[in-house]
Amino acid sequence: MSHGPSAPSAAPHGQSHDHEPYQPVFTPGSARKQELDDLKTRYPDKRACLLPGLWMIQQDRGWISEDAMREIGEQLGVTAAYVKGVVTFYTMYHQHPVGQHFIQVCTTSPCLCAGADKVVEAFLEHTGCKELGLTSPDGKYTVIEVECLGACGFATPVQINEDYVENVTPEKVPEILRGLQ
Amino acid sequence: MGYPHKSHPRETPVLSKHFGNPEARKLETWKSLGGYKALQQALTMDPVAIQNVVKESGLRGRGGAGFPTGLKWSFMKLNDGKPHYLACNADESEPGTFKDREIMRWTPHALIEGCAIGAYAIGAETAYIYVRGEFTEPIARLEEALKEARAAGIIGNNAMGSGKKIDVWVHRGAGAYICGEETALMNSLEGKRGNPRIKPPFPAVSGLFGQPTTINNVETLTAVPHILNNGAEWYKAMCLSSPKSTGSKLFSVCGNVAKPGNYEVVMGFSFKEFLYDLCGGPLPGRKFKALIPGGSSVPVITIDEAESVKMDYEGFLEVGTMLGSGGVIIFDDAQSMPRQLARLSRFYAHESCAQCTQCREGTAWMTKILERIVAGQGTFEDLDTIFDLAENMTGKTICVLSDSCAAPVTSGINKFRGEFEALIKGKRSSTVAMGAGV
Repeated sequence: MSHGPSAPSAAPHGQSHDHEPYQPVFTPGSARKQELDDLKTRYPDKRACLLPGLWMIQQDRGWISEDAMREIGEQLGVTAAYVKGVVTFYTMYHQHPVGQHFIQVCTTSPCLCAGADKVVEAFLEHTGCKELGLTSPDGKYTVIEVECLGACGFATPVQINEDYVENVTPEKVPEILRGLQ
Repeated sequence: MGYPHKSHPRETPVLSKHFGNPEARKLETWKSLGGYKALQQALTMDPVAIQNVVKESGLRGRGGAGFPTGLKWSFMKLNDGKPHYLACNADESEPGTFKDREIMRWTPHALIEGCAIGAYAIGAETAYIYVRGEFTEPIARLEEALKEARAAGIIGNNAMGSGKKIDVWVHRGAGAYICGEETALMNSLEGKRGNPRIKPPFPAVSGLFGQPTTINNVETLTAVPHILNNGAEWYKAMCLSSPKSTGSKLFSVCGNVAKPGNYEVVMGFSFKEFLYDLCGGPLPGRKFKALIPGGSSVPVITIDEAESVKMDYEGFLEVGTMLGSGGVIIFDDAQSMPRQLARLSRFYAHESCAQCTQCREGTAWMTKILERIVAGQGTFEDLDTIFDLAENMTGKTICVLSDSCAAPVTSGINKFRGEFEALIKGKRSSTVAMGAGV
């Protein structure tokens, strides 16, 4: 997957977070370990649990660090390098910490027709994020452009963490931000 | 009921009948609406008999390729002693397409029933629904519905008391358009990078986990229970033009249009009536200019060409484009075609898996050149280069992603060359708002 100019391919503010201590997710006896083991029964090859396993890590730890890649690799019998190859292919796995509210604005053609570029500008302005992909100084927001969210009839759709917000216009942005916890 | 609009009298809501009704998500309500009757019947039938009903109905794949579904199912060699798999393609990522999302959000049980019947008809005990990672709400709806269906014994080791095992699982993707390509989807599901595979071997011979596999789109599978309930003749009768295109079809409409949304019409419906009546025509004070009718990967047509079209597989081919996924993107007279096509090209460049040179380099260079033209720094030679690139991007790669980038761009230049030339000459058309660039 080649990253476009909008994808967060570099650590925010140039800081590396890989020195930070990693808390394993799939410790013996943990609920996550059980969940992963249950999942393995759905597939003839446990490697199929890699994407779901990475989702579990991201949900619990917020991003996928090198240590996390090693951990899930050990669980599924693949190397950390193999896991990295997979993680870097997909756009939704964060390879560095992101803001508390990860805001993805769809700007593909149908949304561009509806003025998505102005929605991006409004989010950048109101979150205090200086640039796409950089986290705001207070750590609360990261804004990126995203390719087609598959909700083109509700332009402009914006995904904030797990949730879609539809029919977003620049005028609605301050209110949307106020509604975030 | 349509969504997000009330059903138009000229629509034929079969799949979309319960869109917008949250009650329809519940198993109890769904059963009272006739849900799972078709599965019960299917489980008493021979798998080949089910394949034959679907063949007779004329149902064709709704994901974009339009391949006959019953025929695809018949490629699966039954009783060969191998595990078979059904993969439901719910990686809906084609710009302009948002129909499968509504099926999953509003009628998850309809898809589960279609998956269970499809799995049984191809001799599979396991079906995976591969849903794009961004679709968290559809995933949650499906998970809730699967939990209910499993608890009620509809799916599981003894599906509806038939003694047959049918499992249906949801598998979440993680953001990659290319995983909607069937062989990339299989790789992704197996825990690999989503690179498409070279065919042959075809999935029916060696697919998921190296075993015989069928991949069907969400809308295709959701149509199957209706065909079993009402018969092949009923489905075949839903046809207003070419007999090769039957049934109802969901069209997603977006872009510069008064009423964007999903509309379900019978194959062969008048595109002119569809655009101006059902979808409410252009925005106030504007005129339709061009559209891409089948998701962003098909050639651009002008509004004049569109007005003569009968909405079926053959009808769109007649004007040099394709029905594709049924995602209609409309551009009005305020839009700059060079700007829109440059943005579309950037989409493909971003989504290229980078396996094939023609695609990796082609989509990136096409984007670079188009963006240069939009910025007022292009040359006439650039237009020739684009056509040269496009030729190398078409029919020469493992999958059709690079073809899908070339098709809208070259057709768009052919039909709106004046807009490109005006930018190159530095004379921006006064009727075209350029915005801030791409």
